[in-house]
Amino acid sequence: MSDVSRRDVLRRLALVLTATGTLDRVAAAEVHQLAAQGAGGYTPRSMTEHQFKTLERLTDLIIPVENGAPGAVAAGWAQWIDAISSENDQLKTIYRDGLTWLDTTMKERGAAEFLTATAAQQTTLLDQIAYRRNQTPALAPGITFFNWARRMTVDAFYTSAIGIKDVDYRGNAPMASYPPPAESIAYALKKSSL
Amino acid sequence: MTQPASSTVHDVIVIGSGAGGGTMTKVLADLGISVLLLEAGPMLSMGDLKEHMLPYHVPHRGAGARGQAYTGGSTGFTYSATFGGAQLEGEPYTVAPGSDFSWFRSRILGGRTNHYGRITLRFADYDFRPRSTDGLGTDWPITYDDLAPYYDKAETFIGVTGTVEKIRSAPDGIFQTPAALRAHDVLVQRSCAKLGIRAIPGRQAVITKTTNGRPACHYCGQCGRGCMTASNYASSYVQIFPAMKTGKVQIIANAMARELITDDSGKVTAVSYIDKTTGSERQVRCRTVVLSASACESARLLLNSKSSRHPQGLANSSGTVGRYLTDTVGSSLGAFVPALVGMPRYNSDGYGTHLYVPWFGLEKQKALGFPRGYHIEVGGGYGMPGIGSFTGIVNRHEGYGVKMKQAIRDEYGTTVSLSGRGEMIPNDKSFCEIDPEVKDRWGIPVLRFHWEWSDHELNQVRHMQETFRAILEGMGGQIAANTGGRGGRGGVPTTTASPTAAGATPPAPLAQARPPISRGGAIIHEVGAVRMGNDPKTSPINKFCQAHEVKNLFVADGAPFVSNPDKNPTHTIVALAWRTAEYLAEELRKGNV
Repeated sequence: MSDVSRRDVLRRLALVLTATGTLDRVAAAEVHQLAAQGAGGYTPRSMTEHQFKTLERLTDLIIPVENGAPGAVAAGWAQWIDAISSENDQLKTIYRDGLTWLDTTMKERGAAEFLTATAAQQTTLLDQIAYRRNQTPALAPGITFFNWARRMTVDAFYTSAIGIKDVDYRGNAPMASYPPPAESIAYALKKSSL
Repeated sequence: MTQPASSTVHDVIVIGSGAGGGTMTKVLADLGISVLLLEAGPMLSMGDLKEHMLPYHVPHRGAGARGQAYTGGSTGFTYSATFGGAQLEGEPYTVAPGSDFSWFRSRILGGRTNHYGRITLRFADYDFRPRSTDGLGTDWPITYDDLAPYYDKAETFIGVTGTVEKIRSAPDGIFQTPAALRAHDVLVQRSCAKLGIRAIPGRQAVITKTTNGRPACHYCGQCGRGCMTASNYASSYVQIFPAMKTGKVQIIANAMARELITDDSGKVTAVSYIDKTTGSERQVRCRTVVLSASACESARLLLNSKSSRHPQGLANSSGTVGRYLTDTVGSSLGAFVPALVGMPRYNSDGYGTHLYVPWFGLEKQKALGFPRGYHIEVGGGYGMPGIGSFTGIVNRHEGYGVKMKQAIRDEYGTTVSLSGRGEMIPNDKSFCEIDPEVKDRWGIPVLRFHWEWSDHELNQVRHMQETFRAILEGMGGQIAANTGGRGGRGGVPTTTASPTAAGATPPAPLAQARPPISRGGAIIHEVGAVRMGNDPKTSPINKFCQAHEVKNLFVADGAPFVSNPDKNPTHTIVALAWRTAEYLAEELRKGNV
């Protein structure tokens, strides 16, 4: 990871941690651990530095910082995708081709590349490739690629301590007995008209 | 080179330590008989169990170190102590052209019982008499009444949840109080009731009160990873570890049985095995031997024990070893249930299935267009997030950013899935045999599988899909496309290779297309292959699971099954092994073997 992007990550982490104040301890530890990895210098294993930064931006758009809770970049999920892809030729090809497609398409639209395009240009493209209904021969590779990137970013985020907290999973806790709350059952029955 | 056998002659050698071998070991040890247990995998220790691990405790989060969850291939057992899978390094099997079969092998003390679904169902009275009932298959040489006392013993010792219901297709047993139904269970139960179908509390090998020194379940929901408090059944920690305390049990781990050695009288005198840690071949002597290696491994061992006296393999004059192989018929369907959106959040972990639907079509079977039944297992709730947990929601909503995150929060835990588990009828095209060429890394000839589903199974799956649809839609569920046909095994990720395919194709009309049926072997209920029977010409073993031709050879796993009813096989493997163990002990005492 370059000095600039490391500073960037640390700055964002600081923002996130300050904003939340009460970030879950496990989540905080996870963020710190990733920050430490970043500070140690992350070198992409399956893609170029430029492709990696493009992927980081993409994951940031997929799972953004929200109400002060960390998003994909703060949590380092581009690193996870890169690491998994480095062991899997099929994924490596998917990301290499897909990230190249983003740049090529942006160039056709007058920007230098995806990473340096304006936020508006980036979201305009994503608003097209994030939906199957926009399928055209020109957009098809983008739609397929975005599906992969979205799926893996979602997996990475929601298997992290931050993501598990985000969906409010309450299990994995020992209980002496198992009584599901009556109010939950009553709610489901009422809404289902059963 | 084979090392000479030690001079010790063991009373009983048990090969394999799963449900059959574990039960055999426990019952014989309790009767004061010494057992030498051979296991092809390593020992297990309770410290190996990782049931409370969260996905972020492993770098790949459960996707597999090489991302196999995304591009195909087994991700292995990240969170569970089971070592095994369809692909084992150096231990291939082959599948005949035109067949499709997957063979899951476990290699660890306790075998597949460390991770299986713990569904514990007695066979019904009619299940032992299939031919008498509808003219198909073969009747068992024993009846429900022969096995009932052993179901009783197994339930008392192991601990099984359930309620007395008086349903013929689901005989009652000795039950512990089940856990309460969860919200999605209640919806399924009510929706079934509207269709005239009874859904009843799940029968799980989970204890809800302290039993034989084992503490009650703590409801963490991760039964499939093995239980560090031994509050569910696995042969390792429920039977073998306690049996070891009797001083009667000796275990050789990493011992891959290769061949049974016989003398001039045709009796087994020794077992030859590969010590996997050194690759050398060794022999151990025995008075009696029990094959509990899993249905197909037990058949393989017999077929590979060839000699001039037994040119077709041991105990195989009938030529039926490897034949009558069946698996459970599997099919599933899931739906998004809007009634669960916004439900006050709670911990829905519990244990396994809290609700199941026993076969409900027995009375009208003849009118249904398929001869045998199925039961339905219910899935749902706010499971521990993992790889692929939210792929369905994301495919439905698409998009990205804050809106997508909100959709995930809203719809987490709103999917309800139904999995059918049906009876397959043995057929001539589904069997295993020795591959004439391929050998494993130790030079042991491997199995070749042949497989074909018949219309009996395909029509049954069509009926399953129609029933699932009616139940799910009856609770307001919206059927997700292309969710059918998967095995739906708990704890094992079953992700598809292409995310673009998800949600793209509407389900085909049920009556025409090939219905979404599981691959042969995929439900991991493969049984048969060394079936019981009274006639030595059509069955290798008798009604006590003793070889007709080799009096000191017994089989105690799924291999003796004559049919494969819609009840998961483990409970019957345990009950049958228990009965065989008592018979074997008595024959030893009398000096008959």
